[in-house]
Amino acid sequence: MGRYIAKRLAVAALTVFIILFVLFMLLNFMPGSPFNNEEKMTPEQIATLKAAYGLDKPVIERFFIYVGNMLRGDFGVSYNIQNNMPIATMVGSRLKVTLGLGLEAGILGAIVGNLLGILAALKRHTPVDTVATVIAVLGVSLPNFVFALLLSYFFGYRLKLFPLTFNPADPIRSSVLPVIALSMFTLASMERYTRSELVSIMDSDYMMLAESKGLPRRKLIMRHALRNALISLITVLAPLLVNLMSGSIVIEKIFSIPGLGTLYITAIQSNDYNVVLATSFIYSVMFVIAMLLVDLAYGLIDPRVRLAGQKG
Amino acid sequence: MAQESEVASIPAADFGFAQGHEEEAEREYANYSYVREIFNRFMDNKGAFVSLVMIVLIIVLAIVAPMLSPYKFDEVNSTRSNLPPRVPGLEQVGLFDGTKDGVNVYAEKGISEEYHYFGTDSLGRDIWVRVWYGTRISLLISLIAVVIDIFIGVVYGLISGYFGGRVDIVMQRITEILSSIPQLVIVTILLVALGPGLGNIVIALAITGWIDMSRIVRAQMLKLKNMEFVLAARTLGASWREIIFKEVMPNCLAQIIVTFMFSIPNAIFFEAFLAFVGLGVPAPISSLGTMINDGYKSAMVYPYMVVGPVVVLGLLMLGFNLFADGLRDAIEPNQS
Repeated sequence: MGRYIAKRLAVAALTVFIILFVLFMLLNFMPGSPFNNEEKMTPEQIATLKAAYGLDKPVIERFFIYVGNMLRGDFGVSYNIQNNMPIATMVGSRLKVTLGLGLEAGILGAIVGNLLGILAALKRHTPVDTVATVIAVLGVSLPNFVFALLLSYFFGYRLKLFPLTFNPADPIRSSVLPVIALSMFTLASMERYTRSELVSIMDSDYMMLAESKGLPRRKLIMRHALRNALISLITVLAPLLVNLMSGSIVIEKIFSIPGLGTLYITAIQSNDYNVVLATSFIYSVMFVIAMLLVDLAYGLIDPRVRLAGQKG
Repeated sequence: MAQESEVASIPAADFGFAQGHEEEAEREYANYSYVREIFNRFMDNKGAFVSLVMIVLIIVLAIVAPMLSPYKFDEVNSTRSNLPPRVPGLEQVGLFDGTKDGVNVYAEKGISEEYHYFGTDSLGRDIWVRVWYGTRISLLISLIAVVIDIFIGVVYGLISGYFGGRVDIVMQRITEILSSIPQLVIVTILLVALGPGLGNIVIALAITGWIDMSRIVRAQMLKLKNMEFVLAARTLGASWREIIFKEVMPNCLAQIIVTFMFSIPNAIFFEAFLAFVGLGVPAPISSLGTMINDGYKSAMVYPYMVVGPVVVLGLLMLGFNLFADGLRDAIEPNQS
């Protein structure tokens, strides 16, 4: 297991490096100028500014300077959004907000989705099952912002139960709607997966054996069916995490939550080169870490995965 | 022995020939082709059938609605801004009668002969026409992007799977690295670098979307390439091109079509996502995504501005997802 972990870590580190290189190169071709009124400046002024920000050196050299600085926790400074503000400080608090939002939505979706899935599987072919299936189909198919708009219209605007936009003075109440909207996809896919897993397990031979041995239904479900169903849930984790990430950007924008997503959008719209690079890199790193954890969990549960990894 | 005597005591009249099954075996079943069988299973699935109707209806409306309406999608008219929805027929029942807070805005402005089914936006453009025009653009973007995806993915997957060995290892490492960059990051960065625009959105979506397809096709190739029919083809002297594209590829068609159908709603979502990030198709062209992005800010005051595009986008994604689900279940009935 130790070798497997070490190998996966090395691959992840290499991937992160390649991602950074690709992003850096792509953004180098970004149109427009990083400075606000370039057309009004003299060539000398532009040259001074470029030298001040280190933009006069060749691309490859700039890349390695950037990597070196980044390892020391310095992501450079913002050009347009907040002049000369270090990006590390801009990102710090926002990252916490985004991670919190994603975590809450993930946990809520996982718990409710699992319960719904179990309920649907146990009460197969009843109205409960139908309702759960409809929720699952809608949740998987409809994008997050549809739920966000519906929730904010009915619970925010009509009933005035929750604030329409994020209110820093009341973070708990104002994160209720975004968390629900963001959790819908997780909820739906968990429901789907748990239901189909449970249904196939309930029909399996070993469940029949356990049942014929006279085990009480409670024990049958808790010990034999659920445990096996939950183990294979890991396979749906990867698409869920991806959805939570892309979803959080949209949800943050709709509810004006001061998270990484809103910063990302502002940076793109104001051509703030360094901030775009830093935020996309952070998103990529979160993604790589999430996939790494999913892989390691796989290896932990299914020995075939790590054995195959050792051979190659 | 006690048992033997028990058996002997059963009267012979209780026994008879079991003939029920012979009749069963002689019953004739209708003979269906593979495609026909899939089609029948698909049509038996209620959700799948409804989704088919939904998709066809939306596509027909997207083509026909802008042509039949007297308004144009980019026709700005400041005297007709923020009009609520008004539909002939339904207005008699009190629904969509062009009133806002009890006042008939149409009568107030002296245009009672005009009907804007979904209302108008802040520039006075007809939302009904814009929604269906936007549906065209959204569908166009996703269809082109997905077709390119399929093309790259299928060829890549087939070649990687067929040749195996070093070729496969190199090609698989490339997809591994590409797939470890989140799609949303690479799509936005590409668009930032290329600049927003219809063609660039298609390119950005196409560059990132083919990996799933290549994986599925490669797995299929690995399964099929050692089968007898491939060996037979090789013995007959078929070149690798013929084996890959004439022998193996037709056998992957079912998986390719299912993946194709699942990719479409994904592409539609990404188009809307890009619009939200501010990288949507530039005005005056509208897509469902840009319309939602424009409308959601005033969604609380003028909900009808965002309801139209959101409902169509939702139905479109729901329709394609259900359609793909139904198709997958019809092609692989034991998988569900």
